[in-house]
Order: sequence, then C-alpha cells, then structure tokens
Amino acid sequence: MNLIAEALAWLAEPANWSGPGGIPARTGQHLAITALTILLAGLIAWPAGVLIGHTRRGAGIVGALTGAARAIPTLGLLTLFGLGLGIGLTAPLLALIVLAIPSLLAGTYAGIQAIDPAIPAAARAIGMSPAQVILTVEVPLAMPVIIGGLRSATLQVVATATLAAYTADIGLGRYLFAGLKSRDYTEMLGGALVVVALTLVLEVALAICQSVARRIVDPASRTQRTPA
Amino acid sequence: MTWLSLNWPHVIDLARAHLLLSVPAILLSVVIAVPVGRLAYRHPRVGGPLLGAASLLYAIPALPLLIVIPALLGTPLRSATTMIVALTVYGVALLVRTAADAFTAVDDHTRGAAVAVGHSPLAVFWQVDLPLAFPVLLSGVRVVTVSTIGLVTIGALIGVSSLGTLLTDGFQRSIPAEVTTGVIATVLLALLLDGLLLLTGRVAAPWTRAARPARGTAVTA
Amino acid sequence: MIEFEQVTKTYPGGSVAVEGFSLVVPSHRTVALVGSSGSGKTTLLRMVNRMVEPTSGRVLIDDQDVQDRDPVELRRSIGYVLQAGGLLPHRTVLDNVATVLRLNHVTRQAARARAAEMLERVGLDPALGSRYPGQLSGGQQQRVGVARALVPDPNILLMDEPFGAVDPIVRRELQDELARLQTELGKTIVFVTHDVDEAFRLGDEVVVLRERAAIAQQGTPSDILAAPADEFVHDFVGAGRAERVLHTQTIGGRLVAVDGTGLPVGVLES
Repeated sequence: MNLIAEALAWLAEPANWSGPGGIPARTGQHLAITALTILLAGLIAWPAGVLIGHTRRGAGIVGALTGAARAIPTLGLLTLFGLGLGIGLTAPLLALIVLAIPSLLAGTYAGIQAIDPAIPAAARAIGMSPAQVILTVEVPLAMPVIIGGLRSATLQVVATATLAAYTADIGLGRYLFAGLKSRDYTEMLGGALVVVALTLVLEVALAICQSVARRIVDPASRTQRTPA
Repeated sequence: MTWLSLNWPHVIDLARAHLLLSVPAILLSVVIAVPVGRLAYRHPRVGGPLLGAASLLYAIPALPLLIVIPALLGTPLRSATTMIVALTVYGVALLVRTAADAFTAVDDHTRGAAVAVGHSPLAVFWQVDLPLAFPVLLSGVRVVTVSTIGLVTIGALIGVSSLGTLLTDGFQRSIPAEVTTGVIATVLLALLLDGLLLLTGRVAAPWTRAARPARGTAVTA
Repeated sequence: MIEFEQVTKTYPGGSVAVEGFSLVVPSHRTVALVGSSGSGKTTLLRMVNRMVEPTSGRVLIDDQDVQDRDPVELRRSIGYVLQAGGLLPHRTVLDNVATVLRLNHVTRQAARARAAEMLERVGLDPALGSRYPGQLSGGQQQRVGVARALVPDPNILLMDEPFGAVDPIVRRELQDELARLQTELGKTIVFVTHDVDEAFRLGDEVVVLRERAAIAQQGTPSDILAAPADEFVHDFVGAGRAERVLHTQTIGGRLVAVDGTGLPVGVLES
C-alpha cells in the first residue's frame, strides 16, 4: 500500500500537472489520437458495415476476418509499423486504425443484420428509396449495437495507445515507459493509475450512451419494467 | 526465413514460456468464471453488479494493469505470477458474462423435467446445466484463449519472456524478420489452441451436431 | 392413493393459484384434471412430487404426508411425463430412459437393458436408442418421455399436458397407446390437460376445474356429459356442441344416431 501512497503523492505533485510533459497535456494527446483513430477507422468501417448489413451479404467472410484479426498481438502490429515507418506519429496511428476497424465494422453490420427483415421490407414497400431505408430505418434501429462497437473499439484504442508510447513519444504511456526505463516504479504506477481512471471514465460514459440509444430505439423497454 | 533458420531453438523456448504463462491463466479463468457466472445467473441481484464490474475490469488496459498488480499484491513486477494474475483477471472478466449467458440459455423446461424425475440440485448442475451450457461456455473459452495468447506478448514490455520478446527485441535491434516471426508464431499458437478446443467440443458434445428434424410442432408453454 | 387435503397455494406477490382444494385419487385409477390455463391444474400436479410446496393443507400418498419425504427421493419414486417429453438433449434416447435408474444407482448395463425393453413396450424401435432426442419426431419424443417415466416401475404416474406438443393424429395414437399400457400396468395416474376430449378418453374420473382450482364438477365422463353441474361445465365440456347432441332416426327399420348437424354417426344396436 506504501507504493500506492507514493504514486498518489506523485499524482498530487503540481510539477506533473503543467507543461508539455504534464498529465493534462498527455491526457489531451491520448484522447486526441484516440478520437482521430476512431474517426479515420470509422470513415472506412461504418460505410462498409452499413453496406454489408443492408445487402446482407459478405458477413461470413468479414466475420471470419475480424475473428482472425483478434489473434494478432497488438504489440506486434505496433512494432512492425514502427520498424517500417519510423518513430513518427504515422506508425502508431496506422496500427491503431487497423485495430479499430474490426470492432466498428462488426458492430455496424451485426446491428443492421439483427433488424427484423420485415421492417426494411415494409419501408421499401411504402415507397422509401434505398438511401432513405438506410438512413431513416436501418441505421437508427442499429444505433445501440453500432455504439456498442464504438465502445469496444474506443477502449481497445485507448489501451493500445498506451503501448504506442513504446514506438513514438505520445500520450500517457510515456510515463509507463519512462518509468520502466529508469526503474522509477512511482512514475510508472502514477501513470498507470491515470490510464486506468481515464479508461473507466470512458467506459462508463460510453455505456451510458449505449443505454440511452437503446432507450430511444426501443421505448417499450422502459415501460415493461413496471410490474404488472 | 534466414533469421528463423538460425534462431528456431530460441523461438521454441519462447513458445514454451508463452504456453506456461497462458495455459495456467486460461484454466484459472475457467475455474473461477464458471461458478461466478452460475451465481450471476441464479441471483440476478448479485449478478448485475458482478457483470458490470467484470466489464469495467476488462476495460483496464493491459500494461497499466501489469504495473498496478504488484502494488496491490506485493508480487515482483517482472514475474510469471504478476503476468498470470493479470491474464486471469482479463480471462475471468471476459468469461463471466458468457458463463452467465450459457446457464441462462439452458431450457427451463428441460431443467424442470430433470428436477421432476428426481435429479438432486447437485445432479442438476453436473448432469444437466453444465453439459447443456458446455457449447456456449466453450465458445467463450475459445475467445479467452485467443485473447490471452495475444495479451501474453505485452509482458515482454516489463521483461517477462514470451514470444512477445521477439517483438520488443526485434524492434530495438531493428530486425523486421524477428518481429514478423513473433507475430506469426503468436497467431499460430492462438489458432492451434483454438483448433484444439474446437476439436474438444466436437468430441465432447456430439449432440450439438446431431441433425435436427422439425419437432413436429413447436413446444408451447 | 393420493389425497389432497384443503391445499392452497399463494405465490409471493399475492396471486392465488389454488384455494382450498381437496380430492382423493384412488389407486390404480386415472384421474384427469381438466381446466383452462390459470385453473391451477399444473400447480396441483406439481404439489404431488413437491416441485411446488402448498402454502397450507397437505398432500398424502398412501396416507403419508409428502412433506415428510425427501423431495429428491420422492420424485425418483414417481413417474413424471411432461410436454415434449422434457428429455435431456445431450443424452441419447436410451440414456434418457435409463436416467432415473442411474440416479437410483442401478448399474449402467442393467439400466440400459431395462431401458431398451421399455422402449419396445411403448412402441418404439430399440434401434432409436442410440439417437439424440433432437433427431426424433415429436410423437417419438413423447413416447420416450413415457418410457422414461415407466422404467423404474413407479406406482404413480403424473402427466402434465403430455401430448400437448404433437399434432392431432399422433396425439390420438399416443392416447390409445397410453390407454393400452394402463390396462396392462394399472398405475395410479393423475393426468392434467386442457383438452376435454382427451380427459374423457383417458380418465376413469374427470375433475373439471375453474379458476383457483375450484372443482366445478367431478365424476365419470358419462356423468358429466349427461348432467353438467352448471352452465360453466356445460359450456366447457361442449355439451351443447353439435357433435355431442345426438338423436335417432329410424331408417329402414334400424335406429341411426345423427348428430346436431344432421350427420349420421352410427347405428344403434339393440
């Protein structure tokens, strides 16, 4: 417990809260790279997922690919990209995008495919164009599952962005690697606690988003809870 | 290929170390998560918060967890124990929900019938719940296995040897072949264990493959 | 003999499933409890093998309160047949039938031998024994369910809508088969159903239930048909249904029975 006390003292140190190497700056970087990754990965994964879900084709292959992608060690991807592209920001960013795509893709197509096929069929039958079916029926109904995919992708990226500091000077992971190198356990533990706190806050926030989305899509789930 | 032809005994050693870290963690995860999952299924009031806590635990990134565990448990940082504890935490967090779902999915009609013909509560667990939950449980164990094999590589960052060592060592010495070998060997190991589990399922649960003609009419009530 | 003595079952939350129910089921007889859903008939059945505990009152088997018996041991001594057989999907048909014998510590070999014998007895090809329940038709599964209940040779058989999940033709076959088995075996059977025709066909005695297991009428099928106690029973058993109202016409010197729709259904022998 002594170690924790020291780490908390490190966290309370005002010097660690200012300047370009301070906790706020590094947290900002961490969140910025996470957001950028999700945005870029989403630009690829969301339209692709919508297309697969809407046409109900190709899910088998994509499912197998995303499953296999899980077996690839994230550290391996980071180091490979790091060796190939140098120690800049590009390498970790690309690696993170590759990691984020499967979750985003799976959430999107699974969410749309889970919709009762009679619903989009009925929307077509009353005269909606394919774009209208997608935008006003399928995507809104699939939103809780799409956000679920966003949730797991975000957590994965936040976690892996910590490792990204191994190949590039970025984010909160820096405290961990600096501490590891200089055998400064206090700095390591302090940094680790910040990362843990950040992920827990994100996880809770995204979980709330998901349940709000679910409530909007399925208002009945709220009323059903009142006992008969 | 030349790198591998010169270093394959080293790779084999690391693969063995990799297995010695991951297999105990996977087994421990199963032993802990199955009873906890059943508890969550039997008592939803306890189960809800329990499953919520599990998903929070799973959200914690691996490297920070590896660093926090020694502070909490007093284990040395660079040790197999720290590594196995961390891997087990993830395994349990991942498997508990599947286990709860697996028990929930067992048909209440079947369970009721087993009680009605005289299975004791213990017999219901061993002879009905567990075998019927087995296929879903196994799918969960397969996910845990693949994820654990991947996570072991993170240990290389704190100095615990595994196939992950090839990644860090290859990166620091700029040997792409070594990193590539590390990635491929890790994926192969994951697929190998996954395949073994799949095979186990086929042998242990033959009824899941038995053809299912339509049941005359659907069961009501 | 099974006796219900003033049993009441109130579920937590206040809903009353059974209120002050009393009945004697004599040995070696089939009593059919018939009522619509919500009449508490399944609850009554489940009180016999302690799947449900009465809130008040007693259930006696051969003058012994079931409350004094170990529930697991009690259930193993009573045959129980459920809708769709209630078979264990991960055990072969033969092992399903042998289940209770195995629970009673009969050796695997002996249990399987007796199970195979019983399969034949309920009209199934013993070759089906190596299949899984999912590979059988609904009617076959139901026969397996009956075989499983009969194999330990219990005195009492509880049947909970056993033929509810099969089509009418198979259902009729299974009813005939059960009637045949019962003449051979003479078990004490409590049979729960919502189908009046089934109750009349199988019950030596029929108990018509209203809500909360209130007995509307109790008697032999012909008693009930001939003199429905009230409007409820009259409607429930369909005494006014065209095919239940027969009259005779003399055609060519013989008495022909004709139902309410004018359809001739048979000739009366004097």
